[in-house]
Amino acid sequence: MKQVIGIAASILLAQLVQAAPEPDAARQAELRHLVVQDCGACHGAGLKGGLGPSLLPGRLAPFPDDFLAETILEGRSGTAMPPWKRFLAPGEARWIVRRLKEGGFTP
Amino acid sequence: MNRQIRPGLLLIALLSFPVTLPAGDVPCRGTGDLGIIVERMRGAVKFIETTQNSLLGETTGLGDLSHASAVFSRDERYAFVFGRDGGLTKVDLLTRRIVKRILQAGNSIGGAISQDGRFVAVSNYEPGGVRIFRADTLEPVADIPAEYAPGRRSKVIGLVDAPGNRFVFSLWDAGEIWVVTLDDHGKPAEVRKFRDIGRNPYDALVTPDGRYYIAGLFGEDGMALLDLWNLDAGVRRILPDYGRGERKLPVYKMPHLEGWAIAGRTAWVPAVGHHAVLVIDTETWKEVARIPVHGQPVFVMARPDGRQVWVNFAFPDNDRIQIIDTLSRRIVRTLRPGKGILHMEFEPRGEEVWISVRDRDEVQVYDTETLERVATLPANKPSGIFLTARAHRTGL
Repeated sequence: MKQVIGIAASILLAQLVQAAPEPDAARQAELRHLVVQDCGACHGAGLKGGLGPSLLPGRLAPFPDDFLAETILEGRSGTAMPPWKRFLAPGEARWIVRRLKEGGFTP
Repeated sequence: MNRQIRPGLLLIALLSFPVTLPAGDVPCRGTGDLGIIVERMRGAVKFIETTQNSLLGETTGLGDLSHASAVFSRDERYAFVFGRDGGLTKVDLLTRRIVKRILQAGNSIGGAISQDGRFVAVSNYEPGGVRIFRADTLEPVADIPAEYAPGRRSKVIGLVDAPGNRFVFSLWDAGEIWVVTLDDHGKPAEVRKFRDIGRNPYDALVTPDGRYYIAGLFGEDGMALLDLWNLDAGVRRILPDYGRGERKLPVYKMPHLEGWAIAGRTAWVPAVGHHAVLVIDTETWKEVARIPVHGQPVFVMARPDGRQVWVNFAFPDNDRIQIIDTLSRRIVRTLRPGKGILHMEFEPRGEEVWISVRDRDEVQVYDTETLERVATLPANKPSGIFLTARAHRTGL
């Protein structure tokens, strides 16, 4: 029973994340600034790669959105990638992933 | 009409020219109070002078200047600007123009100028290695791939110059330090490689006397110390357990080791993954104090006299600066100049410090005694600030 509730809860959570509304325009501007400036500190200007790998669409295309959003939120242990969940809601991480895959942060 | 040239009159005419006697279109002035500010998003540098604290002009067309740095020619006339896109640009501080610009790699991180001023080296992420150019023409003279295993090249960080016309740098992916001695043509006469120096060296510095090269480690606690006066002694690990027993905090921006925050016989360096500045005894290389600070330190810079240490921080604490008094080892002031403080540069004798505040599009100048702001200059997303006095300092 507990297991069923657990599964149900995780499905619900996944749906909530899925259904998370788009960040509003003001928040989108903040997120854009964060990605360009703070992600760019390691991933390079234009996100073309630096100490961290390139975040351009071609490089990200093979990875599922969930994996990339998880990477943003939780970081990658054993690498220099820190967790950003203190600053980003799951829906915001997914929005960033979608925009990255569209090349939406590069001029 | 008397067509004869009268030398006496000519001389008087020349001498009565204004003080900005032109030689070509170059103003007649010294460059010891000049510098540049990097505008990272628009590929520009602004030219500044520190006597009146004013902007003199700007030039654009330097490419991608995120994470850019600069060194100066020994006559303090030219800046060599290293861009993220692999660009190496030579800029004339007097004419305020680009003299020459080359794209020497795909992705680079920094550079250095040789002791004799004849060669400029650039450290590259992609393709990983170091390239050396003539300082006068920017013609390539040497290519040193950072190949640490067959077919595997490392990103190179922490490139500095050292006495003996040497360049020293570290391999992020391989955990190595390489010491390259140049021959008379700027080619490597000798390359000494030190392996197993520790995981992921993120940056390095050389002491002002050029004797010790110290690489900070991201992948583990501690630093790697190499005595350049005694290479045979090899690399020694120092501060091996400064974070022992403590959970590492996330690091949202790599710290920098630039110059050498030194006061008396102590050196001041950022901890990694801990919100602290570490104080090291430079005789024993042991930690003698640990000063808790507001966030993950990025730059830990000593005022040139060593009396104060100024610290800025990684995201999300990059809106403030803490000033530590080196005698009492206490924080004496927390400044909040604005969000996105990316760099600090002291004037050569330390009476003022320039601070870039990215999100306010400003550079602010502070009096280091009163700790009050004395000037504010506009700059678009400013990052590095570099003054010509660096020309005569080893490791800068």
